Amino acid sequence: MAETPPPPPVRRRTFSATTLPGFAAVAVTVFVALYLPIATLVVFSFNAANSMSDWGGFSLRWYEAAWANRAVQEAAGRSLLIATIASLASTVLATLAALGTTRQGPFRGRMAIWGAINTPLMVPEIVTGVALLILFGTVRAWTGYQGLGYLVLAHTAFCIPFAYLPIRARLERMDRLLELAAADLYASPRRAFLRITLPLLMPGVLAGAMLAFVISLDDVIITEFVKSAGQDTLPTYMLGQFRRTLTPEVNAIATALLGLTLVLLTAFFLITRRRG
Amino acid sequence: MRALDGVTLAIGRGEFFTLLGPSGCGKTTLLRCIAGFETPDSGRILLDGRDITQDPPHRRRVNTVFQSYALFPPSDRRPDIAFGLEMLGRPRAEVQERVARMLALVQLEALADRRPEALSGGQQQRVALARALAPQPAVLLLDEPLSALDRKLRREMQSELKRLQTETGITFVFVTHDQEEALAMSDRVGVMAEGRLLQVGTPRDIYDRPATRFVADFIGETNFLPAMAGDGLVRLRSGEVVAASPLAGPVTVAIRPEQIRLVPAEEEGVLAATLEGATYLGTDSLLRLRLRDGSSVIARLPSVPGTDAAPPPGSLVGLRPVPGAVQVLAE
Repeated sequence: MAETPPPPPVRRRTFSATTLPGFAAVAVTVFVALYLPIATLVVFSFNAANSMSDWGGFSLRWYEAAWANRAVQEAAGRSLLIATIASLASTVLATLAALGTTRQGPFRGRMAIWGAINTPLMVPEIVTGVALLILFGTVRAWTGYQGLGYLVLAHTAFCIPFAYLPIRARLERMDRLLELAAADLYASPRRAFLRITLPLLMPGVLAGAMLAFVISLDDVIITEFVKSAGQDTLPTYMLGQFRRTLTPEVNAIATALLGLTLVLLTAFFLITRRRG
Repeated sequence: MRALDGVTLAIGRGEFFTLLGPSGCGKTTLLRCIAGFETPDSGRILLDGRDITQDPPHRRRVNTVFQSYALFPPSDRRPDIAFGLEMLGRPRAEVQERVARMLALVQLEALADRRPEALSGGQQQRVALARALAPQPAVLLLDEPLSALDRKLRREMQSELKRLQTETGITFVFVTHDQEEALAMSDRVGVMAEGRLLQVGTPRDIYDRPATRFVADFIGETNFLPAMAGDGLVRLRSGEVVAASPLAGPVTVAIRPEQIRLVPAEEEGVLAATLEGATYLGTDSLLRLRLRDGSSVIARLPSVPGTDAAPPPGSLVGLRPVPGAVQVLAE
């Protein structure tokens, strides 16, 4: 057994950023800069007047307008459909990738594979967008297929690294002894995986799926490049509105999207915080 | 360095066999090889005459009780105990019947439905035992299962384990670094160090006739005295004959502290020694003595009510090892 090193000498004064002069002022400024615009957007979504700057009383008319708007309905439906399929598909692929990269023990090229899985986080989205535009353009010309498949495929691809991270983190923390115990009790590798590993992995998988869903739901750049005419998602629809007269209807849509994202992210944090 | 080196060992059916050694000696690696979690680079492992060296763990009729118990997370303990039987595809009724029997065997009937955190260390231990015993393996492997328990509970579980082994008739292979535990429970003990098996024998063999200095030192307390063997006799450096031996050359003499009697210095054939100090310990007293050749000896004398076991410090005394107490170890 290794000897435990002696504890480091206790230091009376440790560095703390909170003691720096002006810390409170900076902190307040940052929070205001972050949240004031969002708060304004949310407040004006309830504006009775047709303005994004002059308050005309409380009303839900813009929510009603957005709800009744055929284009918004279709964009929202498309967004949810794409996000659902893309998050499911990317989570399955990310789970397989996470199992492959953590369960084999070190192997040659593992770092390269980690890198390859996570590169999409680093590559500028506009580059991916342009690349997909060119690629799918060619495919379109060959096959004549015009459907949502391109968007689903693109979203699945860029969601994989987001789904991968929490799943891999969960796998690396997991006690492998339980799998050994299952194998010891006559469980074949497949049954040990289904009975022991997968249930333990589930919080990571759910967290990954949720993160992927949010990422897909919020995407603008890649969607903008990949979509065909009449394939607006909610974010690209909103972007399109800026070319016309802007009404608080956009605020209402944005607030709804923000609400959904917040719910999903809260669920994500609740799931990841609870350690198995 | 090899984790295991040249280990040859036969364990009998229904035997309580203990692998004893300091941490890092390879005892757990040997256990993991038997369980199938490790595959040895060379050599074979036979179970009932069949070579199982290449079998994966789930194809071996061998179950393990892990040091940290490794209980499964679900909320109810019954699935834990039923797991092995279910994996073997036993009918439902049989599984339920055996789970109930196992819970009774480890005296846990009332506690079966608690979550693992709600079980005490000793209770988790019992669940782990029941889980590993339920499929009636040919061999049960126990990897330091008592090390997380407190001293009193450990004593209880020692006799409990012995009882379970006798009742089930299953071969137990037990790993521990606690020599007392090994001596108390085992039919036979294998002492390991640095990946090698140093000695295999009954607890009495190991204690009374240690094969090497390491074994003598690791199990119980021992006085080691430098000596010289020749002409069939073993002499201390001061010339006193302490044993007979066919060896020749420098040897080490080992004598257990409690196997030494204190006698008057004038008696014939005793080892002359000076008493340097004594510590009263209740059941016995520890005496620190120095022999004529300068080496120090510890003697452990049982307490007698009302009298001091030891004469005053500085007294000249005679030491007489009890018959069979002097072990001669080759250097």
